Amino acid sequence: MVKRLVAYFKNYKRPAILCPVLMFFEVLGDVIMPYLMAKILNRVDITRENVFGMADIYYVLKIGGLMVAVALIAMFCGAYSSRLAAIAGMGAGAELREDLYKKIQTFSFSNIDYFSIPSLITRLTTDVNNLQQVGMMCLRMLVRSPFMFIFALVLALKIHAELAVVFLFAIPVLAAAIIVIMKMAHPRFMAFQDKIDGLNTSVEENLTNIRVVKSFVRGEHEKAKFKRSNDDLTATGIRAVKLVIMNMPIMQLIVYICIIAILFFGGRIVVDTSIEGFGGPAYTGRPLQTGDLLSLVSYVTQILSSLMMLSMLFLQFTRARASGARVLEVLDAKVDITDPENAVTTIENGAIDFDNVSFRYRTGSGENTLENINLHIKSGETIGIIGSTGSAKTTLVQLIPRLYDVTSGSVKVGGVDVREYAIEPLHDAVSMVLQKNTLFSGTVRDNMKWGDPDAGDEEIQKACEHAQAWDFVSKMPEGLDTDLSQGGANLSGGQKQRLCIARALLKHPKIIILDDSTSAVDTATDAKIRQAFEEELSGITTIIIAQRVNSILHADRIIVLDDGRISDVGTHDELMKSSEIYRDVYTSQQEGAISE
Amino acid sequence: MSGNNMKGPGGPGGGPGGGPRNHGFRKPKNTKKTLIRMFSYLSGNLPLIMLAMLMIVLSALAGVASTYMLKPVVNNLTSTLADLIKNGMVYSEARAQVLSSLGRSLALMAVIYFVGAVGTYLSSRIMVSVAQRTANRMRKELFEHIQDLPVGFFDRHPHGEIMSRFTNDMDNVAITLEQSLSQTITSLISVVGTFVMMLVLNWFLTILVILILILMFFIIKAVGGRSAKYFRKQQADLGELDGYIEEMMQGQKVVKVFNHENAANEEFIKKNRSLRDSAVNAQTFATILMPIMGNLSYFHYAVTATVGAVMIVNPLGWGIFAAVTIGDIAAFLQYTRQFSQPITQISNQMNMLLSALAGAERIFEVIDEIPEQDSGNVSLVLAEEGENGELREVEGDPFEDFASTFKSDSGRFPAWKVPEGDKLIRLHGDVRFRDVVFAYIPGHTVLNGLSLYAKPGQKIAFVGSTGAGKTTITNLINRFYEIQSGVITYDGIDVRDIKKDDLRRTLGIVLQDVHLFRGTIKENIRYGKPDATDEEVVRAAKIANAHSFIKRLPDGYDTMLSADGMNLSQGQRQLLSIARAAVADPPVIILDEATSSIDTRTEHLIEDGMDKLMMGRTTFVIAHRLSTVRNSNAIMVLEHGEIIERGDHDDLLAQKGRYYSLYTGKAELT
Repeated sequence: MVKRLVAYFKNYKRPAILCPVLMFFEVLGDVIMPYLMAKILNRVDITRENVFGMADIYYVLKIGGLMVAVALIAMFCGAYSSRLAAIAGMGAGAELREDLYKKIQTFSFSNIDYFSIPSLITRLTTDVNNLQQVGMMCLRMLVRSPFMFIFALVLALKIHAELAVVFLFAIPVLAAAIIVIMKMAHPRFMAFQDKIDGLNTSVEENLTNIRVVKSFVRGEHEKAKFKRSNDDLTATGIRAVKLVIMNMPIMQLIVYICIIAILFFGGRIVVDTSIEGFGGPAYTGRPLQTGDLLSLVSYVTQILSSLMMLSMLFLQFTRARASGARVLEVLDAKVDITDPENAVTTIENGAIDFDNVSFRYRTGSGENTLENINLHIKSGETIGIIGSTGSAKTTLVQLIPRLYDVTSGSVKVGGVDVREYAIEPLHDAVSMVLQKNTLFSGTVRDNMKWGDPDAGDEEIQKACEHAQAWDFVSKMPEGLDTDLSQGGANLSGGQKQRLCIARALLKHPKIIILDDSTSAVDTATDAKIRQAFEEELSGITTIIIAQRVNSILHADRIIVLDDGRISDVGTHDELMKSSEIYRDVYTSQQEGAISE
Repeated sequence: MSGNNMKGPGGPGGGPGGGPRNHGFRKPKNTKKTLIRMFSYLSGNLPLIMLAMLMIVLSALAGVASTYMLKPVVNNLTSTLADLIKNGMVYSEARAQVLSSLGRSLALMAVIYFVGAVGTYLSSRIMVSVAQRTANRMRKELFEHIQDLPVGFFDRHPHGEIMSRFTNDMDNVAITLEQSLSQTITSLISVVGTFVMMLVLNWFLTILVILILILMFFIIKAVGGRSAKYFRKQQADLGELDGYIEEMMQGQKVVKVFNHENAANEEFIKKNRSLRDSAVNAQTFATILMPIMGNLSYFHYAVTATVGAVMIVNPLGWGIFAAVTIGDIAAFLQYTRQFSQPITQISNQMNMLLSALAGAERIFEVIDEIPEQDSGNVSLVLAEEGENGELREVEGDPFEDFASTFKSDSGRFPAWKVPEGDKLIRLHGDVRFRDVVFAYIPGHTVLNGLSLYAKPGQKIAFVGSTGAGKTTITNLINRFYEIQSGVITYDGIDVRDIKKDDLRRTLGIVLQDVHLFRGTIKENIRYGKPDATDEEVVRAAKIANAHSFIKRLPDGYDTMLSADGMNLSQGQRQLLSIARAAVADPPVIILDEATSSIDTRTEHLIEDGMDKLMMGRTTFVIAHRLSTVRNSNAIMVLEHGEIIERGDHDDLLAQKGRYYSLYTGKAELT
């Protein structure tokens, strides 16, 4: 996983490599500082010399100058590496997001169903952002912490190997303490997160249901319910956090013990070294001066805090891992509908054939949604489909533009199996007005151009007229240039549906499918749309799914679907005789009407 | 954005990345007022907080003091030893004396360190409890207050906006109380304490500190200012991109059908790159402060080491440098290292504090919203008829069984108790509107002098376009909103005089959008009447025709519903909400598009149950489908807040007006 995500840095190789290199130099500067300081202090150590001369001043100025230079270079390295980390991290993140988005564009309907739209949105936003942040941090910290740890340890050993043994005790103790705390805290934090999610969900539920709560006067009940989960959340939260806050004092304690140990043992060596310098008994061990001792004290903090940082980094890593997995899951998803080899690109006509078609949703219960459908529609025919909710009307028509692949059998358009066509010409030839349709932010014209990018105003007007949308479009203050807010919220349901039909007509399709697309349109306008289809668009095969019998009454043939099977096919008159379901629906809607 | 936004605090110190968190630089509108109010929340924990503050001060001072201990330790090892030997003390004795003195210093140091660590632990432990308890109290008050707010509040504020107060804002407040507050205080004390100690150690070197301090101040100002600017740009671009992703993903199936993938890609890439460019700048300035300040401190360290060493050597023999020891310089050097970090921290923490105050302010805004007013004093009681036909109150729960209103065999029935004149009025379900004027937004009248009546047991239907005011009428009966003029009466009593809770319990509502709760089917039906028995639940489900599908579910009535009942079809959910109203068994029922998602065939099947439900009750029906309202006692055709036609089905057809053209399909309902 890491390898694949790291690959996204490939267009940012220079910053991605330079950033850790500069960070390396910054760390080097940080670590060398106490070492140089020790040199200066050793030189002016009163136990070494009784009288100082100008040579000492030169030496001090030389080393001091070097330290200033190191600090300035490290400052540049550190600052510039921050910039580079931002460039590489944000850049790679953007590429990842772009790749993800492009991949989703290739998704078939069943891929989209599998992931669900809200989940795809989270992956494109929250998950990528998480990865971006962690990536940026890694570029800097993944070099900083380990190298600081190693360099500081090496220098400490170089200054006084025996004394540095203190670290050999401290490091494992701190590491063990961190691991134990993290291990114990992890399940508690998971529980905490669960409680948070639970509380949020129930608040959200309460907000959505507020009218129900008020209507049934259940406010007190809701308050009691909330109090329970709120108290529970607080208790769980304290349980989790009280463990983690031990990290800091434990780290402090270990650092302090180390410092005291080093001063205690080191102090003896310093005294012995000095006594030898004063002409006293020779010291047989490795000598140590005050400056050295002080630099070791600095290294205690550097070594142990870099260890602490590593553990933090590890924690971030675990959090990012979940996001990484979710992002890769999308990138790795197998797109189940793609162009075949030697794809057919022209669609001869609008004939449709279903041969022994059975279908089940991959995400469904495993039962066939459509069962053994045989249906032959001639080019230019108008077909009505009717059936109760759940009878698979939508499923049936979605197989025609190959939005889903059949489970068995075959669907042919223009005499050729839909699986042999290239997707783009097939979607152009089979225009579908979805039940849950969307208009996008932009002008009416922008939306119409989805059907045909090159459509001129006249063409758009014509399509709108056929869909009975021109009436209200021309009355809008800015006509085709009227801006539709997101989702077309400033239009009525019926108006939106008519615009969607116009948009679909602009594709100049051979087949048009209206999936319950006039449900909010009044019957008179509905009739006008049908009339326009009959008179002006008679060459187009038209399939109409409707709840209202009136919308399909005059179709060439009507298909009655029941529970995924074709229960009956025929004209209105034939079905009135042969189909009980049809008769039921018809009478339930016509009862009491005065005209019949 | 909701869901798992409330991250648990990641332990003290935040992440190693440094820099401000991505909360944006929101500032409170009235810092002082919010601050005072926040303190009032904390006042209950005052003794604890004082203790925590004491611990924080102790731990910060320990940090400062322990560094000072370097001076005696080092001087002991150097000058003291040299003096002792120069004064002719035997080596071994000098050694022993120096070491025992070292031992004493270290012991003192150990005590200081220990106090520091204990202080750190106790202060954070206390603050964790204080923060979590304060958050608990604020959440509770927020939630309880929200329950009491009028429905209008929820119209004006999208759920996401209210939710973000429970998540982001509450989170900010808790983390700040937990960490930022103590860190800010620690930092302040450290900076001041360190500065004082530096001054004590060596005033000459402190001049340099002041210069560095001024430099740091300017750097923080410059970087902070740009950081805020680029951050705003990044947030704007992020909002733009997220909005685009949201819209396009929602319409992704349309994109597929129209072969619009490439165009969608292009637009996305443009927005994505624009975000990338602004994010690079924002992130640069968010992280650049750490290395600059850190190395500036090393620069300071280098200069101090050099100047300090020169002072020790004292080549010109200046008197003012004569007393400078290596111990002074050692401790001073350590202080320069301790100086920059808290300064960087303070600037970050201030942003956090302001952001948290802004969050608290947003929470207080909601808590300050005026709750639903209820000046009603008419309540529902159980009554019986005396021998002379007079009503008198009896002990008992009037909501126990509303059905008894209509079959008074038990002799007891619910009645309204009117305090003025000490009257009892039997509950019938008679609803009247007289010249009712109503507007959601002042000036935009929705109902314009509306009058209507529904006698007990009548079925009244409303027909009309969206926005004609149908749902509004039902929302006024249960007093979700207050009318501007006119009067609505229930059994002859002005609804404003009736206690809201009692009024609403006599109304059963089935809403257009069905909302269910997480829990079992049984619990959801029982929502209408908390003490309903299992038999009552089943009876209600049968009335709504929901029994048959519930029985087929794996666990029957104990089947768990996922969030908002998403594992049921829209039609099944509507049936459940009808059952929920049925179990409450109220004298007045309001059906707002209750059967819109049920296809006509199924509607036909449940008509029976619906009829049973409506029998003997006053019923208001709103329906798009005219077949649903046909058998009403009266049908009101609404347009622009006025009743333009009224009468029963046959009357209205005979009028050949609006209803007629709707019914025959000549006009469109929008």
